[in-house]
Amino acid sequence: MITKALVREFERLLGKENVFEDETDRATYSYDAAVLEPALPAIVLRPTSSEILGRVVALCNDNALPLTVRGAGTNLSGGTIPRAGGVVVLTNALNRILEINEEDLYAVVEPGVVTAKFAAAVEARGLFYPPDPGSQAVSTLGGNVAENAGGLRGLRYGVTRDYVMGLEFFDVNGERVKAGARTVKCVSGYNLGGLLVGSEGTLGVFDKIILKLIPMPPARKAMMAIFSDINKASETVSSIIANRIVPVTLEFMDSFTIRAVEDFSGAGLPLDAAALLLIEVDGHPVQVEEDAAKVESLCRNMGAVRIRVARDAAERDKVWEARRAALSALSRVKPTTVLEDATVPRSQIPAMIRSIEDIGRQYNLTIGTFGHAGDGNLHPTILTDKRNHEEWERVEKAIDAIFDRALALGGTLSGEHGIGTAKSRFLEKETSKATILYSRRIKAALDPKNILNPGKIIGD
Amino acid sequence: MADMKRLAGLVKELEDQLVACMRCGMCQAVCPVYAETGREADVARGKLALLDGLAREMFKDPRGVNERLMRCLLCGSCSANCPSGVRVLDIFVKARAILTGYMGLNPLKKVVFRGMLARPEFFDSLMEWGSKLQGIFIKPVDDLLGASCGRMLSPLGDRRIKALAPTAFHRSVKPMSTRPGASGLKVAFFVGCVIDKVFPDVGKAVIRALEHHGVGVHLPEEFACCGIPALSSGDSQAFSTMVRHNLEHFADERFDFLVTACATCTSTIRKLWPIMAEELSPEAREQVARIGARTLDISQFLVDKVGVLPVDFAGDEPEILITYHDPCHLKKSLGVASQPRALLRANPRYRFREMVEADRCCGMGGSFNLQHYDISEGIGKRKRENIVQSGCEVVATSCPACMLQMTDMLSKAGDRVQVKHAIEIYAESLSP
Repeated sequence: MITKALVREFERLLGKENVFEDETDRATYSYDAAVLEPALPAIVLRPTSSEILGRVVALCNDNALPLTVRGAGTNLSGGTIPRAGGVVVLTNALNRILEINEEDLYAVVEPGVVTAKFAAAVEARGLFYPPDPGSQAVSTLGGNVAENAGGLRGLRYGVTRDYVMGLEFFDVNGERVKAGARTVKCVSGYNLGGLLVGSEGTLGVFDKIILKLIPMPPARKAMMAIFSDINKASETVSSIIANRIVPVTLEFMDSFTIRAVEDFSGAGLPLDAAALLLIEVDGHPVQVEEDAAKVESLCRNMGAVRIRVARDAAERDKVWEARRAALSALSRVKPTTVLEDATVPRSQIPAMIRSIEDIGRQYNLTIGTFGHAGDGNLHPTILTDKRNHEEWERVEKAIDAIFDRALALGGTLSGEHGIGTAKSRFLEKETSKATILYSRRIKAALDPKNILNPGKIIGD
Repeated sequence: MADMKRLAGLVKELEDQLVACMRCGMCQAVCPVYAETGREADVARGKLALLDGLAREMFKDPRGVNERLMRCLLCGSCSANCPSGVRVLDIFVKARAILTGYMGLNPLKKVVFRGMLARPEFFDSLMEWGSKLQGIFIKPVDDLLGASCGRMLSPLGDRRIKALAPTAFHRSVKPMSTRPGASGLKVAFFVGCVIDKVFPDVGKAVIRALEHHGVGVHLPEEFACCGIPALSSGDSQAFSTMVRHNLEHFADERFDFLVTACATCTSTIRKLWPIMAEELSPEAREQVARIGARTLDISQFLVDKVGVLPVDFAGDEPEILITYHDPCHLKKSLGVASQPRALLRANPRYRFREMVEADRCCGMGGSFNLQHYDISEGIGKRKRENIVQSGCEVVATSCPACMLQMTDMLSKAGDRVQVKHAIEIYAESLSP
């Protein structure tokens, strides 16, 4: 319960303009991008400094108020849906890039910095921050770290985790905890950063993030390989990896997605194709030419019917335009779009793609599949209408089946969207009873009143 | 509560469109109001969620939803950038009409829309008196931009406004209906309120360009407001009156296209008339559809239909640097962006240079500027910075409302940058 006195205390601390108490305003922080029921918070707070953020956390703990930190609210697993009656803490007033260090190749940021703005600021200095989640135009770095976000470049460059050198965060008492350092090597103390990355706001509240930067690769080359047989396309993915070539990006698109994209944008995709692979290699110019040639001949040997190699930046943009349009194009087909991200070891991509096709047929659902085939992270996208209850039941069954299949193939529930509340009930299936209990003991020790984003990942 | 049920039912009619929003939040990247305030209720996703909540009877008081719905420029940046193609503007305009119908129109707006804008003759004479008497309230402060500010205490705050022209367009240019000349085309010219009363020279430039290219012109004796001020305030009754009034003066006339020099009028007639014409007779609805489909921005008409081409420079480089601001209602709503630039390039005295974020909203949004000047000004300042950064002496655009906003922002900052309409620049190049 939030008392009037506590509201006044928040108003004194944050300023009246940064405390939203009106029901209408609160309602706009009751959801995120996951297809889940909204939950109305009791109050929404927007701290404007580190000090205030720390005080807010302590006050919530003192009053045993559930607290959910929210960046841009683009989460796909319900991680930013608050507890009803809880507190939402916004990070969008904590959005400064504090430092970009070109000598030591790192940057220090506040949690509310928008990913794409950061990437652009870094690029302006000739440096590179590779993680590029689909929502990067609006997503925040704090959210990316909390969810361990991925993106299109994961295959070669890894995911957000691989770029977090250090963190400063508040524990539930509002005390500052420091993890990691500004150095390449650091073995001082527990790897708390490792624990906090991907913890979905359940273990601490980020205040500052130290991110690794790398030099911008000087050259890149993109191509599109067209297949008349979906199995040949998926086998090509495994074959490229097995041949020790690591493209930046190795994306897959099934025929349903191809047709949806073509309907939507008229990008000139081959409508008769059963599948497409979109591939980009980067690095030193000579290496790029060599890798590109190898990939091209591999695709041909594996049965690609046509290959379009981008000759210049404009053609390269055209290749990626098609990929970027995939989700938009699919989401226009039906009112409700369920975007899954079950992930398998990459050698299992052919089996997973076949399984998704089978599941679509079995439950009589429209599923478009595209995604980061190169890192085993596909996005089977179920197109439905939540208002059709009978169909929705089949959707839920199909999701269960996709999870089961991914796990059976040695995979994981989520490659990059997080567990949140959407997948928490499946977590034990992937791990073990002991894993859940171990995680809950950590949570209970660090957050005895269970105020930090309760219910996420490990349930209550 | 029965009443809330009725309201919920009305909003539910929008459901098929509301349900298309998947809450991805990509609109946060482009919404100019959200960039200023950072409040989810100010961005399209938040507003759509609120309307959804209203349909599901989650709120006891629709007033809060309506208030937040009105904090929107209707610039369409969200729609243009929406991955799932939600028709945000259609939804907002309809929702405003539903909520206003339910709660009643603010009395001042009632006077303005129903008493003034819906009665063009009365409105015209009122504005004429206004133009004679305005010297009492405002004083000229900026010769280059022709801006004025309020004298002492005035409801204008510290705005730099463009005064009403001493002689309105409809007073200085007689109604006409001329035959097609060399072009073989005839257009109806829809002048629009702001050009008529504040920027008559823009209207004259349109006539000059049309005459130069041998285009027949139908300029009716009278025309009403296109209806957007009423529509954006949810007054569909006054809107319908204005549309009917306009149909009387345009529908029976034979012309190939209806042209305007106002981005907002163009997009209102093309896109909003047809979707909001439900209250009109079947015959009128048919006229609305026919006129809407043939309505073009003046630059679009001159470039696409008449074939005006940019000039290639032979020897002398042009000296005057000019940049261009894309009005939201032209680029985002209608996809018209290359044609006005082509018009500027057709005048050999000017050298065109693109500004950064040329298609970012100027923050005007019609009555939004009156009700939320602080936010509007914040957005406008960013536009002003981009204009100044371009290093140009002139900024052109295709919407008189954007011209008002840019004049205010540039004049306040003391910048020596002229604000012009693209058609004025083109008309300068035509021999008299």
